Amino acid sequence: MSFVHSSPRVYLGHGLETAGAWLLGALWILPLAYAIWTAFHPGEYSTHFVPTAPLTLDNFGRAWAAAPFARYFLNTMLLCAMILAAQLVLCTLAAYAFARFVFPGRNLLFALVLLQLMVMPDVLIVENYRTMGALGLRDTIVAIALPYMASAFGIFLLRQTFKTVPKELDEAARVEGCTPLQVLWKVYVPLARPVYLAYALVSVSFHWNNFLWPLIITNSVESRPLTVGLQVFSATDQGIDWSIITAATLLTSAPLLIAFLLFQRQFVLSFMRAGIK
Amino acid sequence: MKRSTLWGWFVVVALAALSGATLAQAPVEISFYYPVAVGGPITKLIDQFAADFEKENPGIKVKPIYSGSYQESITKALTAVKSNDAPTTSVLLSTDMFTLIDEEAIVPFDPLIKTPEDQAWLRGFYPAFMENSQTGGKTWGIPFQRSTIVLYYNKEMFKDAGLDPNRAPATWKEMAEYAQKLTKRDASGKVTQWGVQIPSSGFPYWLFQGLTTENDVQLMNAAGTETYYDKPAVIEALQYWMDLTSKYKVHPEGIVEWGTTPKDFFERKVAMIWTTTGNLTNVKNNAKFDFGVAMLPANKRRGSPTGGGNFYLFKQAKPEQQAAAFKFIKWITSPARAAQWGIDTGYVAVSPDAWATPVMRKYVADFPPAAVARDQLQYAVAELSTHDNQRVTKALNDGLQAGLTGTKSAEQAMKDSQREAERLLRPYRK
Amino acid sequence: MTRSAQWLYGWLLLLPAAVLLALFTHYPAVATLWHSFRSTPRGSRASTFVGVDNYAQLVDDPIFWQSLTNNLWFAIGTIPLSITLALLMAVWVNGRIAGRGFLRLAYFTPTVLPMIAVANIWLFFYTPEYGLLEQITGAFGMPAHNWLGSKNSALAALMVVTVWKEAGFFMIFYLAALQQMSPQLAEAAAIEGASRAYFFRRVTLPLLMPTTLFVLVNAVINAFRLVDHVVVMTRGGPDNATELLLYYIYEIGFRFWDSAYAAALTMVLLLLLGVVALLQFWFLERKVHYQ
Repeated sequence: MSFVHSSPRVYLGHGLETAGAWLLGALWILPLAYAIWTAFHPGEYSTHFVPTAPLTLDNFGRAWAAAPFARYFLNTMLLCAMILAAQLVLCTLAAYAFARFVFPGRNLLFALVLLQLMVMPDVLIVENYRTMGALGLRDTIVAIALPYMASAFGIFLLRQTFKTVPKELDEAARVEGCTPLQVLWKVYVPLARPVYLAYALVSVSFHWNNFLWPLIITNSVESRPLTVGLQVFSATDQGIDWSIITAATLLTSAPLLIAFLLFQRQFVLSFMRAGIK
Repeated sequence: MKRSTLWGWFVVVALAALSGATLAQAPVEISFYYPVAVGGPITKLIDQFAADFEKENPGIKVKPIYSGSYQESITKALTAVKSNDAPTTSVLLSTDMFTLIDEEAIVPFDPLIKTPEDQAWLRGFYPAFMENSQTGGKTWGIPFQRSTIVLYYNKEMFKDAGLDPNRAPATWKEMAEYAQKLTKRDASGKVTQWGVQIPSSGFPYWLFQGLTTENDVQLMNAAGTETYYDKPAVIEALQYWMDLTSKYKVHPEGIVEWGTTPKDFFERKVAMIWTTTGNLTNVKNNAKFDFGVAMLPANKRRGSPTGGGNFYLFKQAKPEQQAAAFKFIKWITSPARAAQWGIDTGYVAVSPDAWATPVMRKYVADFPPAAVARDQLQYAVAELSTHDNQRVTKALNDGLQAGLTGTKSAEQAMKDSQREAERLLRPYRK
Repeated sequence: MTRSAQWLYGWLLLLPAAVLLALFTHYPAVATLWHSFRSTPRGSRASTFVGVDNYAQLVDDPIFWQSLTNNLWFAIGTIPLSITLALLMAVWVNGRIAGRGFLRLAYFTPTVLPMIAVANIWLFFYTPEYGLLEQITGAFGMPAHNWLGSKNSALAALMVVTVWKEAGFFMIFYLAALQQMSPQLAEAAAIEGASRAYFFRRVTLPLLMPTTLFVLVNAVINAFRLVDHVVVMTRGGPDNATELLLYYIYEIGFRFWDSAYAAALTMVLLLLLGVVALLQFWFLERKVHYQ
């Protein structure tokens, strides 16, 4: 490509593009930058950006003391772990069935599964709230998790992946006397590892940040995830205190942010290998 | 003696022994939803109250359950009622009274109020608080953590504008005039400091009710079946609010966010704000200038709505639990406790007797702004509350926001709100 | 394996997922339909069959119509813009741009930050007088504007937040797809003298078609699913200017406790999503082979 770049017009174009990319980047990072600024400075600097402003960690202390964030963290982690574990197992089994077994009603059932791509649980809040009441599960972490455990997206994704596994591998394993479940475990699951990773990242970042359904179904500290806790804590009669809110925001999203920083490359790579398109 | 009779006697004796034993041993437990997020300083106060009460009343156990915001608490309470697991008592918004009655969740206090002493206690509350607690001749709620709207102003700005820093505007006209003097513009004509701000996001009806009361008009009837959103005096009140922006140009355009209003005040972007008395401590801690607190200005009269929560008694509780809860409510609203509560939280103490206690007198002497809310109570009225409350209120909120954003005239906006409220309330008029 | 063993295995493997899907997707969808023909129980008044009353109320409800049009505008305003930006971002961070690592991080941060938290931060950006946006526009001598407090800009302000939130997420999908494309293609094109723009239009874009479709599905769903910022920033105001369908369902269902009317509203949303799904299947059939 080098000689194309040598023409001055193209060079200028490239410069413009870089500038555009950086402008967009600056815009995109702005809320995070603001959160960092405000969280580490005293309240009066939350709206004034003076380079000489003194630094402080007070806001974190105040935020941590103002709400049971430790408990909320625990709840969110439990929630994400519970959902992910269930999704991995359930979607693997279902995807395997759709990919490699012939049974009556397969196409109809697959269509019914795909329906969830559109009719997601977030829309069915009123009925699911009723159902949880009937099951006696309201205000529990399980209730937040249940509607998301069987994920159409996961089933679809894994089915696509399993279909690319060469039939010969499957047959070879069976000749060696493996049961279908052993074949799944020894042949399919290892080959789909990048897909699992990509899916896990999407799932965790979705449920870590999910809000409306947990807001509806929980109303105690024991079951509330971080997002709802954050909302309860920031919506006061006394008005907004951005210093505390930004400190709490950084606290709550730190794990995901750090994880992304550390695994950035693997993240994109796994998406690539997963061939999610 | 026939055998069956013998058995009968046996059962009766056994039952009597058993019930006697329970009366003597098992204390009556009352569960109590309290609308506050867990972990705050208020929970400690409530826990202390419960412990003190139990010490004085060995037969009763009080179990406070901290249920989050008001919105969450009503949700939790109604859900509990539907699954037959209601608390004995709960503090919920005074405006939820009709909703709770319609859901048949609560019982009136009247059967429990028997002695002359009880009646005197009931008469001891400020009448403004009782308006939201009684309907159809019955008392359904007991005021506990209540608030009203007051005006906070920046004394330094008053001085700069040549106004007396110890005299807040007393009338609508004065407020507009003061605000004109307090509004500052830069060379390009852009406003750098507004005269006054009345928040209009979320629940503008509450602040609007300050204006309508001052214009001497009611927004609803006591039965909660009718609203009067389109009365001329109501339209006039909205017109005044809109004029602050369009005619006097002393109030920011569009919707003013409730949540950022205190911050606007601290940032010296506005000289006067209307907000809840519950903000007193917040303003005291964060305003880096000398500030004043005053009653809302009058037009035809002074006035403000009340706000905040009442005690309710749940229908599903057993009679002995209800009686025990009643005892607890009487105890916690007694002057000494109510005074302490007001000082510790910033809520308005609910009875004149509470304000007469020595602790309260001393507190007011040290911090005079605390008394403003009390002095305003004699002019206060019940917060807007009807059947199907949230929706009927939303109808008004929408109209107010339409007027304030300039999409409808004051008259059109209020007529539309009234039409919607009429439609919603028709089923409740029999 | 015998045929019946195949059947048995297939069904058994599917069973756990199927039970949960049936319980929390199919049953509630059907139950919503059922409840939309009944009245809301209140106190001792039980729920009764009311026919199409709830739907009649819906037709007469101006707020419903407004939330529907708001939602359509919201979809039109957010979907194409977030997809275009995502593609642009992906192309940039896939190329040899200065500061690629930082840009990748910058573009992606909105995905990891909870909407509920950043909405509070955006609230500050939009605050009149001293908010960040005002500080910037003020520096350029532009007139002040109350972004969230005016009917004509509140919805647009929320759209910006949504685009900001989504573009970075979609970028990842484009990035993954771009990295799979063979670099020889671009080199060959360059030697032939094809401009980058021509190459992008004629080669890259068509190759990215499946990704675009996947992203599109997600964007459409999110346009109807994402209301977190409404809860924090405007609560549907001013005067319903930012009332979106799902938020209205939430209000009716959980603040007004009118579950029957909420069911009727949910049916509208389901119908809408159903139409979108059909369109997509039809499109998929014709354009892409997905097996």
